[in-house]
Amino acid sequence: MIWLSWRQFRTQAIVAGAALVAVAIALLATGPHLAAMFDNSGLATCRTGCATDANNFINQVRGTNADLIFFGGIILLYLVPALIGLFWGAPMVAREFEAGTFRLAWNQSVTRSRWVAVKLGLISLAALATTGLLSLMISLWSGPLYQAAQKAGQNTFNNKIGPPLFGATGIAPVGYAAFAFALGVTAGVLIRRTIPAMAVTLVIFAAVQILMPILIQPHLIPPVQATAPFNANQANEIMITSPGNTITVVGNYSHPGAWILSNKTITPSGRVFTGPAARACTSSSAAPQQCSNWLNSLHLRQLISYQPASRFWPLQWLELGIYLVLAVGLGWLSVWQVRRRRA
Amino acid sequence: MTAAIEARGLGKQYGRRWALTDCTLSIPAGHVVGLVGPNGAGKTTLINLSTGMLAPTAGSIAVLGKQPASDPGQLAKVGYVAQDTPTYSGMSVEDHLRFVAHMNPAWDNGMAVKRVQQLGLDLKQKAGKLSGGQRAQLALTLAIAKRPQLLMLDEPIASLDPLARREFLQILMEATAEQELSVVMSSHLVADLERVADYLIVLVASRVQIAGEVDNLLATHHLVTGPRRDPDALPLSQRVITASHTDRQSTMLVRSDEPVVDPSWSASQIDLEDLVLAYMGQARDGSPGMTDQVGTKVLEEKR
Amino acid sequence: MIEFHLDSRSGVAPYLQLIQQVRQALRLGLLREGDQLPTVKEVSGALAINPNTVLKAYRELEYEGLAAAKPGVGTFVTKTLTDESIAAHQQLAKDLLCWYREARAAGLDTESIDGIYRQTVRSALQEEAV
Repeated sequence: MIWLSWRQFRTQAIVAGAALVAVAIALLATGPHLAAMFDNSGLATCRTGCATDANNFINQVRGTNADLIFFGGIILLYLVPALIGLFWGAPMVAREFEAGTFRLAWNQSVTRSRWVAVKLGLISLAALATTGLLSLMISLWSGPLYQAAQKAGQNTFNNKIGPPLFGATGIAPVGYAAFAFALGVTAGVLIRRTIPAMAVTLVIFAAVQILMPILIQPHLIPPVQATAPFNANQANEIMITSPGNTITVVGNYSHPGAWILSNKTITPSGRVFTGPAARACTSSSAAPQQCSNWLNSLHLRQLISYQPASRFWPLQWLELGIYLVLAVGLGWLSVWQVRRRRA
Repeated sequence: MTAAIEARGLGKQYGRRWALTDCTLSIPAGHVVGLVGPNGAGKTTLINLSTGMLAPTAGSIAVLGKQPASDPGQLAKVGYVAQDTPTYSGMSVEDHLRFVAHMNPAWDNGMAVKRVQQLGLDLKQKAGKLSGGQRAQLALTLAIAKRPQLLMLDEPIASLDPLARREFLQILMEATAEQELSVVMSSHLVADLERVADYLIVLVASRVQIAGEVDNLLATHHLVTGPRRDPDALPLSQRVITASHTDRQSTMLVRSDEPVVDPSWSASQIDLEDLVLAYMGQARDGSPGMTDQVGTKVLEEKR
Repeated sequence: MIEFHLDSRSGVAPYLQLIQQVRQALRLGLLREGDQLPTVKEVSGALAINPNTVLKAYRELEYEGLAAAKPGVGTFVTKTLTDESIAAHQQLAKDLLCWYREARAAGLDTESIDGIYRQTVRSALQEEAV
């Protein structure tokens, strides 16, 4: 069984190997330069007040091809699990049905359940290894950028604890790969045609990947709640909607490296502040400062819910755990269904 | 001896159509069984049910005493060559041998390699590049070299040229003799089976029309001709299978364990092909009645 | 060693053809006492016929006393036909010649003579087989 699994997987393994080598070469070619830039920026030793240096460094990188590689790496780490599901998972069983070769493969002294289970296991390991290696390489290469982003103090795009970067770094992609693969195999077992199975795998995988950060990820660990006084002079946003005269304000809150989940402005009584807007804010003859003064007089507070940067690894492990459980569940489902459903 | 295949009321339904209906068979081991019927009669369905590729909708089936494909031991005892002999087109002949060898503990590698060499197959050749006959031979080798007790072949020679056909049957018979195999081979042509089958099953429109040892069937079916007569007038021990009449003469195929001694009849034997054709015709047309036909007899006297 | 062939259109059952060919070979001296007959595997492989057919033929030969099976070794000829039957053959050939001349004198052509001969033998064979 092991020899057969390898023999049928050979082409895909070679493609994956070649791709990994290509990525490694690209990373090796640019990595040292990036690291050197980072050393020169002095950010490595900087403890406080590094925001300006960090931003300078990021801007510096933005112009080079390192920026391209960084985004390429992110996209790759989201794409690879999907590709694994489509090209390793969906055809595994579906192709046997389409070509009729299941009549040859499943008449040997190995039950079809065992055949699927062994192949699932072995190719899953390959999927985990490939994605893990890829993530490791890219994470190592991106180290300087992530450090700079964290020290920049803003909740910039380069914040690795929140989406979209959370899913493109660390061990989370490994879980995605296992899940996508098991999903592909299950689709192949149930649908029995490769292209439709690939389509279904893609749709379901994409849906899960989109919904996870919105519905589940924020609550994997109950977020930290913090309050801070609202200062209209430093507000991020003051918006008045008419008719209705409601006013929405969003304060500025900075917590380096954190994933801000919600930032609401509340009144002293605890309800979300919606106005109504005073004439100081609505009248066209009033100066902007009058509006700010009025807002400050209301003693509003900010209620912030966030995941601190320190929770990165616990969240990653939880994410991995969930996806691995899903993968194992799907794997069991496909082994059961291949035995049970004989058209 | 355990029956090779034991089916009771076996049926398989697809949507609203029954591909196999109420099939009850007890196929003895140690025979080469010819499974004959027109296309769409249910032959492939029966074979797929026997190899565990399909699950029954109704009834039961036991192969070598156990449920088909129930465990590795049972799988090892049944060899199977599906219609169109599926092979991995990207894998070489050698790879095929190796893959089946790895998956079967009883694999006889010496025999497999010897046979492949005898056939003149290039071990490194990809299976997709082999001719139809060569692929059939490869599939047969793969099925035989795992040393099964029962071999199921689904129309293995239907698309082969006469030479490839003959070579396939030669190798099959040689292996059957050597390994004391039971074989179930389906075909829609009786001619393919005449030389090799000693047990016959005729399957038409999802039902078994007749099943039995060839010698017995040929001995108990008589082609009788004589003055025009109503088939219902014959004694009960003589079952009329087909009948046709001209204005003066009746020709009937009759099944009876005793010889036909009525002096007004002249009785002769028929060959396997005509026997099968008669049952296929009967299944299609319903039971024989008084059909007037001006002209010659429908079935030729062969002997 | 004898090599069998099969005439699938002769109307004679395969196993009978094999028996006839063995008898013929014995008659002509091609097979002698002690010679080994081809194995069941060889015959069924060469002719593409059911091994049970070959077994049936060999069993019949054993029953007639013409051959004997040695388990694990093969089937061997135990008797020759040449000596005993030659005299019988000659007498039969003479009788047949008489009959032929009679038929010709009655005005039958070769086809009719052939037809009578075939029909008679066929019916006789059928009676024997029952």
